[in-house]
Amino acid sequence: MSETDLGLWAVPLAILAGAIRVSTPFLFVSLGECLTERSGRINLGLEGTLVFGAMAGYAVAYESGSAWAGVGAAALAGIVFGYVHGLLCSLPKVNDIAIGIALMILGMGLAFFFGKSYVQPVAPNLPAIGLGWWSESPQVRSALQVNALFFIGAIAALGLWWMFKSTRVGLVIRVVGDSSDAARATGLRPNRVRVLSTAAGGAFAGIGGAYLSLYYPGSWNEGISSGQGLMAVALVIFARWNPILCFWAALLFGGAGALGPALQSVGISQGYYLFYAAPYVLTLLVLIATSSPNRAMTGAPGELSITK
Amino acid sequence: MQSFAMPSRRRFLEGTAGLAGLAATSAWPSRKARAQGLTVGFIYVGPKDDFGYNQAHAEGAAAVKAMAGVTVVEEENVAETVDVQQTMESMINFDGASLLFPTSFGYFDPHILGVAPRYPDLRFQHCGGLWSEGVHPANVGSYFGYIGMGQYLNGVAAGHATRTKRLGFVAAKPIPQVLLNINAFLLGARSVDPEITCQVVFTGEWSLAVKEAEATNALADQGADVVTCHVDGPKVVLETAARRNCFICGYHADQTALAPEKYLTGAEWNWATVYTAMVETTLAGGTIDNFVRGGLAEGFIKMSPLGPAVPDAGRKQFEATRDAMLAGDFPLLQGPLADNAGNPIVAAGEALLETDVALESMDYLVEGVLGSTS
Repeated sequence: MSETDLGLWAVPLAILAGAIRVSTPFLFVSLGECLTERSGRINLGLEGTLVFGAMAGYAVAYESGSAWAGVGAAALAGIVFGYVHGLLCSLPKVNDIAIGIALMILGMGLAFFFGKSYVQPVAPNLPAIGLGWWSESPQVRSALQVNALFFIGAIAALGLWWMFKSTRVGLVIRVVGDSSDAARATGLRPNRVRVLSTAAGGAFAGIGGAYLSLYYPGSWNEGISSGQGLMAVALVIFARWNPILCFWAALLFGGAGALGPALQSVGISQGYYLFYAAPYVLTLLVLIATSSPNRAMTGAPGELSITK
Repeated sequence: MQSFAMPSRRRFLEGTAGLAGLAATSAWPSRKARAQGLTVGFIYVGPKDDFGYNQAHAEGAAAVKAMAGVTVVEEENVAETVDVQQTMESMINFDGASLLFPTSFGYFDPHILGVAPRYPDLRFQHCGGLWSEGVHPANVGSYFGYIGMGQYLNGVAAGHATRTKRLGFVAAKPIPQVLLNINAFLLGARSVDPEITCQVVFTGEWSLAVKEAEATNALADQGADVVTCHVDGPKVVLETAARRNCFICGYHADQTALAPEKYLTGAEWNWATVYTAMVETTLAGGTIDNFVRGGLAEGFIKMSPLGPAVPDAGRKQFEATRDAMLAGDFPLLQGPLADNAGNPIVAAGEALLETDVALESMDYLVEGVLGSTS
């Protein structure tokens, strides 16, 4: 092992590595939420879907021996959760935020219940692609171990952006999200579009959970999620309902989260609680900087219950 | 997060039972009338199968459950807040528990100290608290194991395995027991080679999977090649470290299975011995001592079998050190010793033994540990 001393260079490297490693769950959940919210619904239950997806993915990967089967199972579980949310919210006078919170608690409870016996077994992990072959330094090589799901997420972000911008499906989702009345007038069925969008959004969140349990940190336990599902909902607002911006927001959040441990490891250890607050302080700053007293919530779908 | 999301079953029952009680106050049996045999309550801060701290306690509780005439009630994921007071109250009033084991460090003050005076005929046994006569209620007891000695032995194995002379320690919070473990780990390694240093990263919480993995990666980036930890569930840290080609030392329980080739040894709890002895004392009508401590010799802690990566010289020194500990009066801190800010702790020619109570209010990192307590 040829260890080279990186010194303070370790900090930017750790931020880069953290951005790549930690951002993927944020990315998937925020893409899922972006899709759901663009259709005019809020699904706050994605935290529960994420945790259940993490458990289901780990359990299926362990039982079947294939990590990709686990990812599939997590996506399927996410579809089920999203579908249930969508159907319940299609009933008259049902509040999507309340249903979301109920489903979040249900998802976590079910995951803890079924996941008890999978805490100790070691399931196969998703493979990573080493992009650091050109470097001699083991630190750089490790930082550039990028999981395939990261690329899939990036492509999905581009795909969703393109879908909203220039496809018929995207247009339908946007119309339904901006005005139920207009959608009905053009012969669309808003509820059906929303149920499908929520189900697809659930699948994204489930995959985000599978990334947590099958790649990084790569094991199932009840503390696997530290609120990524909830933060991702905030990230969507932060990213102004734009999938491309969701990608950058997720990277920013991942990188800022790596700051605390990296600074401690190079010897800057005073006040680490403050460094750990970096992602949240950053969010506040960006929101303040981009806010405007004149117009509210650029890009917000008109049918969202928080903007109505 | 969990405490926000999950109102516990017990709390729910408590609420509904309260309503039922309003309807039929006289029908609700009193605590004493129902308490036949001994009911023992165990409270955990995390899931009881976390492959770590809580699981070690739950295995002790399982041994108690197997005893005749004893009923065990358990609740997991109880936060170190007013939640634990409610859990204790409901174990006492609804389950008839008369001996309680709230196992997390943060339960002691003000939670146990707040509830215990209201039930002077019941017994509260807390893991790790620093009970002192006259200051704290007489029905509160404190027990703990000298797990720092286990970390010292981890350090001996680590000292023989390291090539970079740099160790890594992922720690949750800078409380005395964690600091003692960090210091002991380094001192054990320095008994092999005084050049060795240990980098510590605090995560700030007992269980934060992603941050623990990030901390481990940060340590590996800085060249640490043996990693151990003091968090509730060591699985994430040890797996991440093994993936980064580091050797690992376990904590709380035997984690050999996670990476048999990389696992050097581990410091494990052995609560079954402690809990069954305490319950036997209570069943026999006796009183448990208020301040119970024990180490390797008393069977409070044990070590995982040495892994294949420990060289023969390391094996010999490990066994010699362990025998010295078993013989008793092992000097954990030997003077002259300063903390990592240069302040003297132990003067030349003096020593603090493993049994010294002063070690339990440790608030410093010894020289050679890179990190800070705040």
